[in-house]
Amino acid sequence: MSGMDLMALAPLWITAGASILILMFISVKRNFRFITGFSLAVSAAAFASLFWVDRMAPMSVASLFIIDGFALFYMGLLFGASFLIFLLAHGYLKALPEHREEFFLLTFLAVLGAAVMASSQNFVILFLGLEILSLSLYALISYPLTRKASLESGIKYLILASASAAFLLFGIALVYFETGTLEFSRTGAALAAGSSNTPIFFLGLSLIIVGLGFKLALVPFHTWTPDVYQGAPSPVTALVSSVSKGGTFAALLRLFFVFDVSRYPSLFLGFAVISAASMFVGNLLALLQNNVKRILAYSSISHFGYLLVAFLAGGRIGGEAAAFYLLAYFITIIAAFGVVTVMSSWDREAEALADYRGLFWRRPWIAAVFTAALLSLAGIPMTAGFLGKFYVVAAGVRSSLWFLVIVLIINSAAGLFYYLRIIVTMYLPAESRRTEGEVGRSMAAPVLAGGIALTVLVLLLFWFGIFPSGIIGVIKKTAGALDYAAVSTALGGGGRWID
Amino acid sequence: MILLWIIAILVLGGLLSWAFGRWSPNAPRWIAAAALGIDVVLVLSLFVSHSGEMSLSSGRAWLVELVRPWIPGFGISLHLALDGLSLLLVALSVFLGFLSVLTSWTEIKTKTGFFYFNLLWVLAGIIGVFSAVDLFLLYFFWELMLVPMYFLIGIWGHANRIYAAFKFFLFTQASGLALLISILALYFIHGSATGVYSFDYAQLLGTRLEPAAGLWLMIGFSLAFIVKIAGVPVHTWLPDAHAEAPTAGSIILAGLLLKTGAYGLLRFVLPFFPSALKVGAPVGMVLGVIGILYGAKLAFAQSDLKRLIAYTSVSHMGFVMLGIFALNSLALQGAVLQMICHGISTGALFMLAGVLQERIHTRDMRVMGGLWEKAPRLGAAGLIFALASLGLPGLGNFAAEFVTLFGSFRASVTLTIIASLGLIASTIYALSLVQRVFHGPRVREWSFSDLGGRELLIIGLLVIAIVWLGIYPQPVLNTAGGALTRIQEYASPDLGRLGPKESGAERIPGRLSPKSGARGRGGAL
Repeated sequence: MSGMDLMALAPLWITAGASILILMFISVKRNFRFITGFSLAVSAAAFASLFWVDRMAPMSVASLFIIDGFALFYMGLLFGASFLIFLLAHGYLKALPEHREEFFLLTFLAVLGAAVMASSQNFVILFLGLEILSLSLYALISYPLTRKASLESGIKYLILASASAAFLLFGIALVYFETGTLEFSRTGAALAAGSSNTPIFFLGLSLIIVGLGFKLALVPFHTWTPDVYQGAPSPVTALVSSVSKGGTFAALLRLFFVFDVSRYPSLFLGFAVISAASMFVGNLLALLQNNVKRILAYSSISHFGYLLVAFLAGGRIGGEAAAFYLLAYFITIIAAFGVVTVMSSWDREAEALADYRGLFWRRPWIAAVFTAALLSLAGIPMTAGFLGKFYVVAAGVRSSLWFLVIVLIINSAAGLFYYLRIIVTMYLPAESRRTEGEVGRSMAAPVLAGGIALTVLVLLLFWFGIFPSGIIGVIKKTAGALDYAAVSTALGGGGRWID
Repeated sequence: MILLWIIAILVLGGLLSWAFGRWSPNAPRWIAAAALGIDVVLVLSLFVSHSGEMSLSSGRAWLVELVRPWIPGFGISLHLALDGLSLLLVALSVFLGFLSVLTSWTEIKTKTGFFYFNLLWVLAGIIGVFSAVDLFLLYFFWELMLVPMYFLIGIWGHANRIYAAFKFFLFTQASGLALLISILALYFIHGSATGVYSFDYAQLLGTRLEPAAGLWLMIGFSLAFIVKIAGVPVHTWLPDAHAEAPTAGSIILAGLLLKTGAYGLLRFVLPFFPSALKVGAPVGMVLGVIGILYGAKLAFAQSDLKRLIAYTSVSHMGFVMLGIFALNSLALQGAVLQMICHGISTGALFMLAGVLQERIHTRDMRVMGGLWEKAPRLGAAGLIFALASLGLPGLGNFAAEFVTLFGSFRASVTLTIIASLGLIASTIYALSLVQRVFHGPRVREWSFSDLGGRELLIIGLLVIAIVWLGIYPQPVLNTAGGALTRIQEYASPDLGRLGPKESGAERIPGRLSPKSGARGRGGAL
């Protein structure tokens, strides 16, 4: 590994280093303010390092990592997300009686795991990234260790995630058995050559899909989602729904661009079924919920169903649509859970629909942010979610995936029901003292950092919804990088192929 | 630029209203009135500066136009333009918008800032729809006008408002998605055929479509527009939304939102799918006729005043659909005239219903009766607009329905005969409305004041408009004439225009467009 390789991995070093440094800070002296500031600075630095690394991209590091525009774009999403989650979590964490600083340490580990997944080009690294991510999430989900609900969901996640990791590992083993290599590119080349087109290979691939599908909460691997989303503290829920899914999705996307899913009808059909089922199950079950966090959990299941439509559409526009949709989803879902975070305190999560009754008349700004986020999830114009939906439908129509596009449309309409339900609740006349009394305590606390984060998110939400040209330009470059990777790997190349 | 200003002023006015609503409940009212006042002036200035170009359609497609790149990667531009047809509808929008601000002056007492924010934004969305000539932009505005309307109904509506707002949003959003898919399909079909990927109206016009593709796309486009126009059988959102909305909401729903559907049919469905229309147009005419009769029948059966008026909209919009799908220029002129007249007469009726409800807190006609003695001015106004609604000669709707039927007669004699039964039906419901509300035995002793100065001003403006349209509709026909001729040429090139034997020919100068002369048609006229 040369010096250049090390430099190319700078974003990963920075996040890994940050968690070690925070560990040392904690062992010396717990200083919440200092560690918050440090974490914000580090995630900003990690984000900035991407631009620096971008000059070396694309390059492959020891056939384990690949640093190309695609990986850098998704890393950018992850670092941006962590920065905003730190800001949002500030008020929430400050009120915690103990173990406040470990949140930052664990979040950096989760981001590291996700970033490793996004830049992996080897199954071992993919698995390693997934495990780093999972391990930190086990601890994060059960975060206030005195709270029953979070402990319960932490254990649930631990058991199910370990099982799914076992599936993934077994799948990797089967693929290795067939092809004799762990590199994506060589596996893809073996598949393209037709030499390993065997049932065992596809069994292995299916098990890998199970493992990754679990992290993405795709139907039928979604059952943990609502419980964990509900039980986890809100800032962590924001993390689980964004960072964890983003890194996994990037890995899945890269993996299947290399394998060129559209050439295998059975795989394609399998994904189409998963996509349609995720849309339907997510939306229909969301209709039955009365808990805001559960509604958002089911909604995120359906959103990954939408995202799979872009993924299946394939080609340049499919990759672009997926990237844009994920960007819009990140902004939106972090804003939504950010609102929940700002409304909650560690011992009282504002998760019942009733907590939001009349919010607009009490706290207009927070309610307006939540409204914008929900409208973006529903895909209403002027929001980033609208352009994301537009992009995905365009990709689907382009590839004539009529069935999936129509399922998407039906679900998009069904989704309105529960988004509007939350919105309506916020605009109802405020009811008596109940809401003020119970949630009021946490809401009285000043939430300057959270307010700044929400403002930034809502501005981004509208900015990308109204003036998307700039970001589409960036995305076109990253999708192009992925094409390049696909082409080069199809030629059987591993190693370094700079210039 | 003036086009962008018209929309931008509403958007900014809305934000200001919201911001200043915290200080005083009165500030948003004045801000909204000022914003719409400026818009009225801007639109009038458009009329004045382009009056010469409208009466005879010049070779240019648009009177005013604005193009700015927006998302060049997709071939999306910020392309706004007006021709005579859209200019008329924009004028109607600012006129009714201004009146609805005045109407809500005392009706809306709570949260005025947010109310006027929504009111101005829904108007901005509507004007955007009328002036967008980029299909992405059209969809953008199309969806954008839903959200503020949803809030108007959901927050300031009456008892059953949540349900009504939900239903409204769901119907229009779901059908809007069909529009989105169709727009995208058209975009890709055009792009793969010509290599030019663009959402621009002029580019997409004349895209060659396979018969099956054309049919499906026409259905997709029409679905969205027919839901908006409240055509049978997708009209069921309308009575709920109209009845539960606050007065200003009802006026905008009936007066403007329904028109966006009709405008969509005229501007997009007719020119884009000429061959598919050979199948589609007769179906559209039948749906129109069903709407006329079914709406009238249901209107008669209502006891809720606002629901009654809402169902008359279904009936009147049936005429619009009949006229549009008859595909000849006379019928199109009638349809456009009907759109304008319906906007004014139904807007006025909703306003009167709102005035009444503000005073006696009910819309139930079973407890009304004999109100004329209490409020003769209100009664007289009600009578005028009920008569307009039933199509009394001398008032706008008569001219509109007459011209529509005149045109549709050429397309289908049978359907025209059945449709004219609607005129009888409308007489029944309109007169029964007057009878049940203003005459007859007094069921309860109400005590309330008659129309005040502000309300008289609004009603006066509306009366002048409807009488003017009834006696001298020619300026409206002239304004829209050129645009309609072009649309009609795209829609049914083989149908040609009216022969000299048509007695209505003298009234329609729009048909004498230089453009058609250049094509060697119409020269005989």
